[in-house]
Amino acid sequence: MFRYIIKRILMMIPVLLGVSFVVYYLMDLAPGDIIAQMAPQDATPEQIEMMREELGMNGSVFERYFRYLGKLVQGDLGTSLSQKRPVMELFLERFPVTVELAFGSILVAILISVPLGIAAATHHRTWLDGTSMVTAMLGVSMPSFWLGLLLIMLFALKLGWLPSGGREGFAALILPALTLGANQAGSLTRITRSSMLDVIRQDYLRTARAKGVSEKQVIRKHALKNALIPIITVFGSTLGGAFGGAIMIETVFSWPGVGRLTVRAINDRDMTLATGCIIMFTMFMTLTILLVDIAYAFVDPRIKARYSK
Amino acid sequence: MLLLTRASKRAIRSEVNAVETVKRKFTAAELQQYKKRSMFGEVWRNYKKSPSAMIGLVVLVIIIVVAIVAQFIYDYDTDIVQQNIKERFQTPSAEHPFGTDQYGRDVLTRVLYGAKYSLAVGIVSVAISCVLGSSLGLIAGYYGGFTENLILRVCEVFAGIPSVLLGIAIMSAFGQSIVVLMFAIGLVYVPMFARTARAAVLPVRDQEYIEAARVSGVGDLKIIFGHVLPNAMSPIIVQVTMGVANGILTASSLSFLGLGVPVPAPEWGAMLSGGREFIRDYGYLTLFPGLAIMITVLVFNLMGDGLRDALDPKLKQ
Amino acid sequence: MSEKAIEKQKDLILDVKNLNVRFETDDGIVRAVNGLDLEIERGHAIGLVGETGAGKTTTALALLRLVPDPPGVVECEKLELDGRDVLGMGIKELEKVRGKDISMIFQDPMTALNPVFTVGDQIAESIFLHEDVSYVEAQKRAVAMLELVGIPGERAGEYPHQFSGGMKQRVVIAIALACHPQLLIADEPTTALDVTIQAQVLDLMKNLRQQYQTSLIMITHDLGIVAEICDEVAVMYAGNIVEKGTLEDVFNRTKHPYTEGLFNSLPNIRDRKAMLTPIKGLMPDPTSLPEGCPFSPRCPYAGEDCTAPQVVRNISATHFVRCCAYDRPGFHIERKER
Repeated sequence: MFRYIIKRILMMIPVLLGVSFVVYYLMDLAPGDIIAQMAPQDATPEQIEMMREELGMNGSVFERYFRYLGKLVQGDLGTSLSQKRPVMELFLERFPVTVELAFGSILVAILISVPLGIAAATHHRTWLDGTSMVTAMLGVSMPSFWLGLLLIMLFALKLGWLPSGGREGFAALILPALTLGANQAGSLTRITRSSMLDVIRQDYLRTARAKGVSEKQVIRKHALKNALIPIITVFGSTLGGAFGGAIMIETVFSWPGVGRLTVRAINDRDMTLATGCIIMFTMFMTLTILLVDIAYAFVDPRIKARYSK
Repeated sequence: MLLLTRASKRAIRSEVNAVETVKRKFTAAELQQYKKRSMFGEVWRNYKKSPSAMIGLVVLVIIIVVAIVAQFIYDYDTDIVQQNIKERFQTPSAEHPFGTDQYGRDVLTRVLYGAKYSLAVGIVSVAISCVLGSSLGLIAGYYGGFTENLILRVCEVFAGIPSVLLGIAIMSAFGQSIVVLMFAIGLVYVPMFARTARAAVLPVRDQEYIEAARVSGVGDLKIIFGHVLPNAMSPIIVQVTMGVANGILTASSLSFLGLGVPVPAPEWGAMLSGGREFIRDYGYLTLFPGLAIMITVLVFNLMGDGLRDALDPKLKQ
Repeated sequence: MSEKAIEKQKDLILDVKNLNVRFETDDGIVRAVNGLDLEIERGHAIGLVGETGAGKTTTALALLRLVPDPPGVVECEKLELDGRDVLGMGIKELEKVRGKDISMIFQDPMTALNPVFTVGDQIAESIFLHEDVSYVEAQKRAVAMLELVGIPGERAGEYPHQFSGGMKQRVVIAIALACHPQLLIADEPTTALDVTIQAQVLDLMKNLRQQYQTSLIMITHDLGIVAEICDEVAVMYAGNIVEKGTLEDVFNRTKHPYTEGLFNSLPNIRDRKAMLTPIKGLMPDPTSLPEGCPFSPRCPYAGEDCTAPQVVRNISATHFVRCCAYDRPGFHIERKER
């Protein structure tokens, strides 16, 4: 088990290095020279070159990347031009806010998809199954930002029940989490349904029925626990989807997380901030998914058995 | 559709021919062709059984026709982007079924004209990621070892970055244009195809007929495309349809953030973004472009589902 | 004495009249069981023999009223367990009967146990459901049950994947017998096991049955198992019993041509050079059964009378056959001499 964790962490390191390089390289290509923006209007080329050196912006992109990486390891991502604050500070301030939204949405997704998927499977080929699948399909096909706007129109503007944006109190979380959750719920419902359909045909449910277990208990106790295994297995990637989706949703709902920070940085041409945000966000996301994976390996005895061999 | 039925008829005829000429020796190419055709007919027969998949196909044909016709009946400069401030914010009416936007442009016209952006970006980008990703996946799966490891790690890097963020990075690096958008999204979905192709190759890799081909001196490329690729076709085809759906979603997301197809082009995501400011009073501005995105994405998802069931009937139920 | 009077004298644990089960699928109506009658006396063990697809398992499931619906449709004139009408029972009553009065051992022990519960819990669940005990007490009894079937009690906390096939089947038997049912249905309990393990499991079942005085329906296609364990044999073909009698009756005074075919198709150990004589043809498609006797298309004695609906003929008080050829004067089958 310990070896499994170490192996996962070791395998993650080259990926994270790759991620940071790719992002750094791409953002470096972006037009908008930070030095030219910072320098006073009447600066001579020599002065600009000096500034470049001072800021560590001289040399090839590889040289600059390794300098950046060296600082990154020390927790220094440079200073945001538009916000005049250290990028790391800004990121760490915003990341928990995104996590809040991501986990909130997953909670919503599970609350919607598990009962829906099970109902669909236990009523296979009935109108209930059909409706659930159409709903799930719509959930997958709907652009999340559009759903967000529709929900704002209905619940915030028309009915006035919930705030349309910001992060004031629990009520403000409901709409963003619902929007993002609906998106995740689409695929989770489909997974739950097919997993449950698979379990329903298993012989051990017949054994349970032959024992005199009531139909309700057969589904809730004997089938559900088995059906949930694939759902737990995809929890990591669901979480990844939630993080990725959060970027859009934050923009729609003015949710002050990393996604909104990144998009604003791009719009402000603040490449230092954008680069730092994208790299750190991806790293933290990868780590969170890893933690979840390890946690569920501890929970499921069969996975534990597989890795301790 | 006409084409398909004709193809399936051809498939049946070729089956008949095959039976009649059993004694004749077949060349490998002929056999391959025979196999392909009959498989195609079989898939089409299965596909036809699913009403939702057929609805998807029909609606897709309609969308494509609309996208093409719109290019001919509307003039980009006068009908699509020209501002007409006098007629701004007209709510849906007989004259403007979807209303007019903040610049007085007819929303219906723009939505219809905009179909080409989503379709083009979705299809071209998936073509890019399919060719690139599948090749990488085939190579990884076929050669194994270091090559496989390297390709997988690189894919992991690109898959690790959330697609919207990777899209943002690429768009800001190479500037905003529809061609860059196609490549950006193409790149985003490369890992998906690579993984699919590799997973399909793995069980085939050690089969004896591959070994036999290798021993008898058939080149690697020929083996990959002649023997390995056909086995990976089904999952790749399904991935293509699903990929178009995802590509359209990602493209509209980027446009919504102002990083996709540049304004004033009537890309649906960009239209949504423009209408968003007026959501309080003119909700229809966000309603219709979003609906258009959803229907298009839905169509590809329905087809993907249908194709998956048709290609692997065992999986159904 | 009228037939009714005879029936009253018997102490029947199970009495089934005119059981029909069909599955309504997209590809047509599958007629799995067609007008089956079955009586089992208390304490008796009856072997239900037949080819795969003869409707044995479906019959068993119908007795527990566990035929999946849809697509299964069960129709029955009479289904009494220990004198109680099972047909009229509500779902709550049924749940009390299943596992308590009648229980079932399934064919494949690999899939019959729930992978996410410990074997102890799976046995205890049955006890907890049917007996008035606390869950702790139920678990204690589950451990005792486990030891009874020859598994160390301390393994109660382990999961099914930690057991071998034979051990799993022992667990399944422990579950089935946990509440000392009056009638046990064993559906090919040894088919999925190795030959050496088969003998062990059969011995175990035999002993436990004698210990608890359980009546038994042994579903199998292995005539050897029947000879070893059962008092009576019922031969099933295409959803109905074609011949039923004591072991003696069926094995030594075989009457039905199908039963004859079964015996003839056994390899002869005394003459191993002899060709096997399989029954020609295949079991009829259950979506379109032939009229009259379903065996007639394969039957060497088939005549025109075979297309008429078949009625049961009493050979003796214990021996029945469903074959109209016995109306022909002087008809007898020609069972090969061994």
